[in-house]
Amino acid sequence: MADDDAIRCDACPVLCYIKPGRTGSCDRYANHEGQLVRIDPHVVLDRALSRGDSVVPFLERNREWDGNLVSGPETFITAIGAGTTYPDYKPAPFIISSEVSGVDMVTVVTEGIFSYCGVKVKIDTDRHLGPERSQVRAKGEAVGHVTTSEYGSQMLSLGGVRHLTGGSRNEGNVTCETLLDLCNGKPAELTVDEGATVVVQAGKPPIVNGVQEDRMRVGCGSATIGMFAKQWFGSVDEVVVVDDHITGVLSEHQAGKMLGVPETGIKLKGRRSTPGRYFQVAEPGTGWGGTNISEPLSIIGAFNPKTAWPGLRLLMVGTTGEHYAYYELDEALYPVEKELPKSLRVSVERIKENCEPALSTVLFMGGAGGSLRAGVTENPVKLTRSVGASLTRITCGGAPVYVWPGGGITLMVDVTRMPENAFGYVPTPAMVAPIEFTLKLADYSALGGYMDRVRPLSSLMKDAEGRRHVLARPENPWPLESGKGKP
Amino acid sequence: MRAQVRMLADGRRLHLHDGPIDIVLETFGHEDQVHLAYQAAAERFESVLDELCRELPLLRTHARIGGQGPRGVIARRMFAAVLPYADQCFITPMAAVAGAVAEEILSAMTTSTELSRAYVNDGGDIALHMAAGERFVVGMVEHSDRPSLFGTMTLDSDSPVRGIATSGWRGRSFSLGIADAVTVLAKTAAMADAAATIVANAVDLPGHPLIKRVPAHELSPDSDLGERFVTTAVGELTAKEVDEALGRGTTCAESLIASGLIDAVALNLQGTSCVIPAPANMVAKSAERRLVHA
Repeated sequence: MADDDAIRCDACPVLCYIKPGRTGSCDRYANHEGQLVRIDPHVVLDRALSRGDSVVPFLERNREWDGNLVSGPETFITAIGAGTTYPDYKPAPFIISSEVSGVDMVTVVTEGIFSYCGVKVKIDTDRHLGPERSQVRAKGEAVGHVTTSEYGSQMLSLGGVRHLTGGSRNEGNVTCETLLDLCNGKPAELTVDEGATVVVQAGKPPIVNGVQEDRMRVGCGSATIGMFAKQWFGSVDEVVVVDDHITGVLSEHQAGKMLGVPETGIKLKGRRSTPGRYFQVAEPGTGWGGTNISEPLSIIGAFNPKTAWPGLRLLMVGTTGEHYAYYELDEALYPVEKELPKSLRVSVERIKENCEPALSTVLFMGGAGGSLRAGVTENPVKLTRSVGASLTRITCGGAPVYVWPGGGITLMVDVTRMPENAFGYVPTPAMVAPIEFTLKLADYSALGGYMDRVRPLSSLMKDAEGRRHVLARPENPWPLESGKGKP
Repeated sequence: MRAQVRMLADGRRLHLHDGPIDIVLETFGHEDQVHLAYQAAAERFESVLDELCRELPLLRTHARIGGQGPRGVIARRMFAAVLPYADQCFITPMAAVAGAVAEEILSAMTTSTELSRAYVNDGGDIALHMAAGERFVVGMVEHSDRPSLFGTMTLDSDSPVRGIATSGWRGRSFSLGIADAVTVLAKTAAMADAAATIVANAVDLPGHPLIKRVPAHELSPDSDLGERFVTTAVGELTAKEVDEALGRGTTCAESLIASGLIDAVALNLQGTSCVIPAPANMVAKSAERRLVHA
């Protein structure tokens, strides 16, 4: 049945024979002059367009004169929509060569299937989301856990092979769905055991227990005292910056001492760490400065009558400037709330102003395992070594990745730097993520690459209607361009 | 693992893709039920192509009554759908593959949960689910590359129709005839799929000089149609020729309706459409709308 000039497509088990100029039964793969090509929408990054049209002629001319100024092609083929290989030991769907600064570069493009993968979520909030190691749930299923707190942020670790394939079928499916939503920039509602419910969306403010976070704290309570002591000096006698981590007290703090702020006889609850710095003034919560308090006076005891004086001016403020109260001591040395004087209003506003927008950020983390590497080279470990030696650069949908040192290829990528809807899934359940390997042609040959499958970029650009062009993001380094210590 | 499953950008429809299979489906019901249904569809879809490919040589050969039947649940449905035509003409189970796959995915969803409505559209061959009192409005197009509706029809839960299929020479699979589109309504998607192929083949003007035909295997070496001539171009026909060709198609369609294999057919050739039986629930929009054999 096979014709001499027909080629056999092995993209799927139908194994069509395709004649030149025709497509297989899927209408996706075609025989283009004897080569099997994929013709359905496939995301291509266009670099020149993102810089504006006017620079293109200039760049064109420059290229002839000086290859150093413009170091390579203005088009990069991403793996989004490139498809996977079946079975894995076949070469990746696209192995593309292009010349960069006079050196032949190869980009191997595939959509990887990741069972070992998850997301690390950083939620900018001082509110207490839940105890460390608590389960994080979506639709009632455990999809991850609370991990460390970082400066002004709470970290969650979601997904991973144990939730994807180690639990019940539903746990795996809900985990996969949650990861997919987060990676594709959609919101996900997460509930922490013994903690808060938080709506997370990459690049958007988190919503904690129905309240949208606005700003991150300016610093811990102690740091806030350090930053603003000078501005308060003279306008107020005592300042308490309420913070779940370290609550600061101006008169006791080193910064206050240096300015000569007199003792006030204030008595803080909680555990004193060093002068003017207190731990655990209250329980963690979603009130003032990430504590559970809504009444600030609850964290201070009676003023020492030997030191305090009637009329003493006290400012209490949270680390975001969102909560504040101003008091003056009456004759019985009891704080009475008064309107915040104008001179102090400025400093409270400034705390607010110095708080950065609170965001949720999502890093996809996955391990490019044995089979995926087999689509790049016949000797998979050589690819790992080549990545380790910085000879091969990895991108995900053209976005830069961080490759974790050590064995294997474990990478992290900020999902907001990737083109839209770059992720998919398979019902295993596992995630499908684009991954591109770029290296010198000579290095590719040396690591046992599929040299007979390498084809020029121009051969893909001929059937341009089959591809979706997206603008390269200006904040991303150009995938084909050398970074420090890179090819 | 090749099968890909993703939600379309509208957040409502699910897209299933594996090899030559492209399915767009949507269900209507409570959010949790929709979710369950999509999960069931995705799980069932995973192995569909492998199941079919396991028996591909058999599915590509002429189906014969009493001959060897396939084993797979989808393949058996394909075989049953084409069998009524097997002793009159050459037909392979592949003529019903899209409809049979659509039915299988639909049944995976409806057995997993309660849905008010659902459709599974496998490249134009559609399986429908309607709970009592529900209905669907279905649009029909002549050319898939120039999607403008030539008509709409309303199907409700009282009608026996649960399958819709369209065939024509411009479509993804080959046709022996010249119809731009033949849309068939039947009890199941697989039955509609097989019948659409038969009726579209019948819309023809044998020996007409403006019709270009090529042996199927010259275009696609492994086509189940082998050396049979399939249509690759149709020149502009006169009104009389269009009527004659549509007449052959409607004669065929009427016999299928009479034998209870299908419920209704809409035929379209070069801008002229006709619908049989006389439409109560089908509305053709074409300016040149004529009813042949009213």
